[in-house]
Amino acid sequence: MIDARKPRSSGNWLTVYGGPLLIGALSIAGLLSALLYEGLGRYFSWLTLGAPVALTAWFYARRKRQRF
Amino acid sequence: MVHTWSSLISTLFLLLLCITGLPLIFHHEVDELLGYDPKPEIAQPGAVKRSIDEIARTALAHDPGRVLQYISWDKDEPNNVIAFTNNKVDGDPDAATLRAYDAHTAKPLGPVGGGPMLIFLKLHVDMFAGQPGKLFLGAMGFLFLVAIVSGVVLYWPFTRRLKFGTLRDKSRRIAWFDWHNLLGAVTIAWALVVGATGVINTLAEVMLGQWKANELADMVKPYAGKPPPVHLASLDTTLANAHKTAPGMNVSFVAFPGTPFTSSHHFAVFMRGDTPLTSRLLKPVLLDGETGEVSDARDLPVYLKALLVSQPLHFGDYGGMPLKIIWALLDVMTIVVIGSGLYLWIVKRRKHRSHAIAKQPSLQPAR
Repeated sequence: MIDARKPRSSGNWLTVYGGPLLIGALSIAGLLSALLYEGLGRYFSWLTLGAPVALTAWFYARRKRQRF
Repeated sequence: MVHTWSSLISTLFLLLLCITGLPLIFHHEVDELLGYDPKPEIAQPGAVKRSIDEIARTALAHDPGRVLQYISWDKDEPNNVIAFTNNKVDGDPDAATLRAYDAHTAKPLGPVGGGPMLIFLKLHVDMFAGQPGKLFLGAMGFLFLVAIVSGVVLYWPFTRRLKFGTLRDKSRRIAWFDWHNLLGAVTIAWALVVGATGVINTLAEVMLGQWKANELADMVKPYAGKPPPVHLASLDTTLANAHKTAPGMNVSFVAFPGTPFTSSHHFAVFMRGDTPLTSRLLKPVLLDGETGEVSDARDLPVYLKALLVSQPLHFGDYGGMPLKIIWALLDVMTIVVIGSGLYLWIVKRRKHRSHAIAKQPSLQPAR
């Protein structure tokens, strides 16, 4: 937890919480859309709730690319 | 501190919930595969459905000495009529036997539920410890919510100088720290919803008791002091009357007089709509157990509606197979968050201990 604090930018509200907040909002929208709208809502929920998984995979892939 | 302790106390149980919950997402598919989810025969064109009274008689003949508690209709398989029998009308839910009957032929199709999934379900719902177990897991779920919220607060000091999605591999500890933050951050909303709806579900019995003590008691007031029905009304008449009272809705299940979902004088027919949302919002119609006449029909109170709507949001069973797979992946990600959190705590503690030997003052938890 020590290395988490590198003296670079001090960070602002949006860069820290912006990403998670967007993903969270999309997740909630997806959770509700499948419940409220049968056809399209379902597809929308797959996209929005799949986003956290896809994003994680993307970050992981990016890290691997940077390493080699 | 809040984050550490709320997580630590609940860690083992949360791992149990996440791990047993994983196969339960595919409950239906596994039951089908193992033969615990019988399917009706393909009906001949123009085939007429048998009377429900006949199916009820068949069910009672199949399990002699038992009584009917409920008859329910599968939403996705309307030709499956499921009869619940038990040793008495208010018998232990664990003693109930569920059998499916073909709506067109009244033929028994086989037992419903049971098998390995039932074990996962019991572990997940109450750890085989009944209502106290259920409420205990509810409390653990509540700690999970506290851990998530306190994690959001801690996220700022720990990641404010890092780019979102940073995954370093300097050391094992830093690698797991980054994974804990990333996976925790992207699954927050889902975990909060699944956690909160799970907690709500642990209160189902309490809510049902509340409904019976207030709304239901009020509805059956005119019947106070009357003996329970001796001769039950025809189910077909009863169901037809319920349909007339709630036009455009379908029967989800009928509760027999004396069962936990109704009074000792009434059939309660729970009607449902046909959209993903309205199919969960049941509307009970109370009918006289002897005549099958409607005696009252009122919408459920808000807290029971909240319970019913919260169920799909916990199960993830309302958006087809892709949603179930996503649900499973998010569950696995949550397991990693919990596991890495535990690992980080152990490592930190070990470090503190070795520090404590070297120099006393740094015993305080570092922030």
